[in-house]
Amino acid sequence: MADKLKFTIDGVEVQAEHGQTILDAADAAGIYIPRLCAHPDLKPIGSCRICTVVVNGRPQAACVQPAAEGMVVENDTPEMLEHRRNLIDMMFVEGNHFCMFCEKSGNCELQAMAYRFGITAPQYPSQFPDKDVDASHPDVMMDYNRCILCTRCVRASQELDGKNVFQSIGRGFGRKIGVNGRQALGDTDLNVDDRAADPTICPVGCIIKKRVGFEVPIGERKFDHEPIGSEIEKG
Amino acid sequence: MSKPKVATTSLAGCFGCHMSLLDIDDRILQLIDLVDFDKSPIDDIKTFTDRCAIGLIEGGCCNEENVHVLQEFRKHCDVLISFGDCATMGGIPAMRNNIPLAECFDEAYRTGVTVYNPDGIVPNDPDLPLLLDKVYPAHEVVKIDYFLPGCPPSADTLWAALTALLTGQPVELPYELLKYD
Repeated sequence: MADKLKFTIDGVEVQAEHGQTILDAADAAGIYIPRLCAHPDLKPIGSCRICTVVVNGRPQAACVQPAAEGMVVENDTPEMLEHRRNLIDMMFVEGNHFCMFCEKSGNCELQAMAYRFGITAPQYPSQFPDKDVDASHPDVMMDYNRCILCTRCVRASQELDGKNVFQSIGRGFGRKIGVNGRQALGDTDLNVDDRAADPTICPVGCIIKKRVGFEVPIGERKFDHEPIGSEIEKG
Repeated sequence: MSKPKVATTSLAGCFGCHMSLLDIDDRILQLIDLVDFDKSPIDDIKTFTDRCAIGLIEGGCCNEENVHVLQEFRKHCDVLISFGDCATMGGIPAMRNNIPLAECFDEAYRTGVTVYNPDGIVPNDPDLPLLLDKVYPAHEVVKIDYFLPGCPPSADTLWAALTALLTGQPVELPYELLKYD
């Protein structure tokens, strides 16, 4: 068995370790596959489907699909672009995303994804769902209006903090992130220094630390000048 | 050949987007070389005098008068542009969309901490436009051709889009001019 296996992404030959996912191999090769629920420090779960690529003619989530010898992967195609735009659109209309007063604006991965795809307005009817804000914790607050159910906080709490602060509860449109069942955030053992509360874990402005908002001025935020994924594409 | 006409309006917005339009500064002299303004708060023309090439819509629809004005714009304009987050997504006024209308009225006219209204009367004059159940983005009421998000969209964004449209170029915003905040 060869040391490395070879496959192509949009016609470009890419090498991968055995067992490496398509997403990780693409990252190493400087090819950006858009993603929201995947995070380098967390186990992938293939939940948001933004990283869907066409593998040998079939759609697969690149963050969980292992690379295989001779695979033909389509990533940056009009079909995949439309698919991803539709998913981003749905995330916007299924929440209440008021970017103008959100502390995460400019550093938000959902917003950055919409910028990257040039989305100027959602094409689906706005749902304006009724969501809560949980400010019971002294140092961290949760604004469920902005949650996109990526479960990065759930995995960070379990895998990195050795706690179980966040869980996925409910099904379908009623699904939400719960804290210790149906308690409030202030009742949990979440500490402000936990990785689960780190702003790089929550891709949006749902879990945010108190008293540190708007620290970075407009113009110096992460996605003010360059699209999300630029750092991977630069290699 | 006469200049194309532009109409603008502020529906359920705060006029911030119109302020941003004025922020194009001295480029406004170039703009009036390119276009004439028809119905607009900028020149205070209240009703359409002619067919317009471009209608700029600030704000979504929160009451029946907004819907009426928006439909008039659709009727009189070749191209409609939603500009600002209120027009494109509902914006700040849409924060009331999860609150029953009766509770909104109570808070505004009866129980709000700064309200002085001993008779507890909620304004109900027939001249007042009725509120809609929710605040709607403009494109959920009429067909909108272009969207310029931002709160407000920057003057550069508005300038880039308007000059592209008026000179027959495709409206393609560079990355840094597309912002939701």
